[in-house]
Amino acid sequence: MTRHAAITSLSDAVAELVHDGDTVVLEGFTHLIPVAAGHEIIRQGRRDLTLARLTPDIVYDQLIGAGCARKLVFSWGGNPGVGSLHRFRDAVENGWPGPLELEEHSHAGLANAYVAGASDLPFAVLRGYSGTDLPEHTAAIKPITCPFTGETLAAVPALRPDVAIIHAQRADRDGNVQMWGLTGVQKEAVLAAERALVTVEEVVDELDPRSNAVVLPSWVISHVAEVPGGARPSYAQDYYDRDNAAYRAWDAVSRDRVAFGEWVEAL
Amino acid sequence: MTATRRQSATNRQSATEQQAWTADEMMSIAASRALADGTSCFVGIGLPSTAANLARRTHAPSLVLVYEAGAIGAKPDRLPLSIGDGILAETADAVVSVPEVFNYWVQPGRIDVGFLGAAQIDRFANINTTVIGSDYAQPKVRLPGAGGAPEIAAGCGEVIVIVRQSPRSFVERVDFVTSVGHGRGPGERERLGLRGRGPVRVITDLGVLEPDPDSCELVLTAVHPGVTVEQAREATGWELAVADPPRVTPEPTDDELHALRELQATVEEG
Repeated sequence: MTRHAAITSLSDAVAELVHDGDTVVLEGFTHLIPVAAGHEIIRQGRRDLTLARLTPDIVYDQLIGAGCARKLVFSWGGNPGVGSLHRFRDAVENGWPGPLELEEHSHAGLANAYVAGASDLPFAVLRGYSGTDLPEHTAAIKPITCPFTGETLAAVPALRPDVAIIHAQRADRDGNVQMWGLTGVQKEAVLAAERALVTVEEVVDELDPRSNAVVLPSWVISHVAEVPGGARPSYAQDYYDRDNAAYRAWDAVSRDRVAFGEWVEAL
Repeated sequence: MTATRRQSATNRQSATEQQAWTADEMMSIAASRALADGTSCFVGIGLPSTAANLARRTHAPSLVLVYEAGAIGAKPDRLPLSIGDGILAETADAVVSVPEVFNYWVQPGRIDVGFLGAAQIDRFANINTTVIGSDYAQPKVRLPGAGGAPEIAAGCGEVIVIVRQSPRSFVERVDFVTSVGHGRGPGERERLGLRGRGPVRVITDLGVLEPDPDSCELVLTAVHPGVTVEQAREATGWELAVADPPRVTPEPTDDELHALRELQATVEEG
């Protein structure tokens, strides 16, 4: 029997789905980033999270600076088009506000770890990492011999988050979700996770077809929360563009522990 | 004294008149020229994206731009702000997922050219974008990391690197091999099972470097107009091999400069 996603408020969804110590992914490949949900996790004071994402950007900088994270699984951590994530750097370079364990991949490796998770396989195999220094520092990258050709390839373990959080354009009243444009690795993240929260721009009566749309059926989603503007300052295609000034302005806040502390207080 | 000052001011003035472009503009234009029309090119944001979009606006209108967020054949009419910019999806021939980008397009070698930046590069064109400092756990500078670069450097038909040249970026040995160029020399890419040819050209604000066909070591094969070999040597952290004589990059044309400045203005407005 299929079940339906619960349509709730964002705060209720985060309270119910995200627990201290969980492995949480807030995916979005620089488009449709679930920023509002990240802020709600900070407000609710979650701790000891293992955060994973291919492209941790400013919302991960904020979660790390606010002390929510114990570990980061990632492949590219930066303020896209602007520069460094200074809270992330402060954590890695100086252990502030606490030490941050890293599990570092390439995009290909981490994307395939989600694919393995979504496929309920123990690991993924790829032609990758060969000759790089990444396997020396990331225990989750191992060589594997092809049983058919004898070729050496790379294996990465399945990533199976406790919770996946994504932002999409729309859901219907049954909680079926529709997203379009650059949809990154969000489908894989949701299907790999134990629980999934989707914030949407709007809940509508009917989902009309869109080109390149990804539809996630209600029965693979735990909670849907209507959060208009929930991806700001990132993009939500056909709803709003990126607020580039906000990304640039984050640089100054992120560089300064005091300014960052004030930002968290005001959140 | 007054006469000398006036003289030097005059010299600066005339130097400005002679060279009506910046070193960064020359670098972007030289990089755009390296992209042949009709090829497919995997593009990162920043210098590679600027150069690739410039190529499409000048000599290579059929250049296929592939962005790692999943846009294949993107035709943006302005510079995208990030790889997630909606203009990439709106103008693409196809929009695919990130696993598909890497598994179906990069890994099998379906992209002709990988276009990469670097924080550090060494004499064999190995690239570091991970950490500065010898201790990974306690880095002097934590850089963003690998992104798509290791597999792009491994799998694309060939690789072009665009990076500003300085003793900090051009080092004898990179602190961390994020993406393999030519490893420690001849035959290493084959031993590692890397299928693409690897870096064929490194384009900087001073000139162009290419790997020696026998030793795989980067050789300065061209200097940009107004740049001396000595300047390139001083900006390199190893004893730089130089072609005899190095070519001089043709000056930017008015059309190239105009197209580049128009493109960059689209970002300033954004």
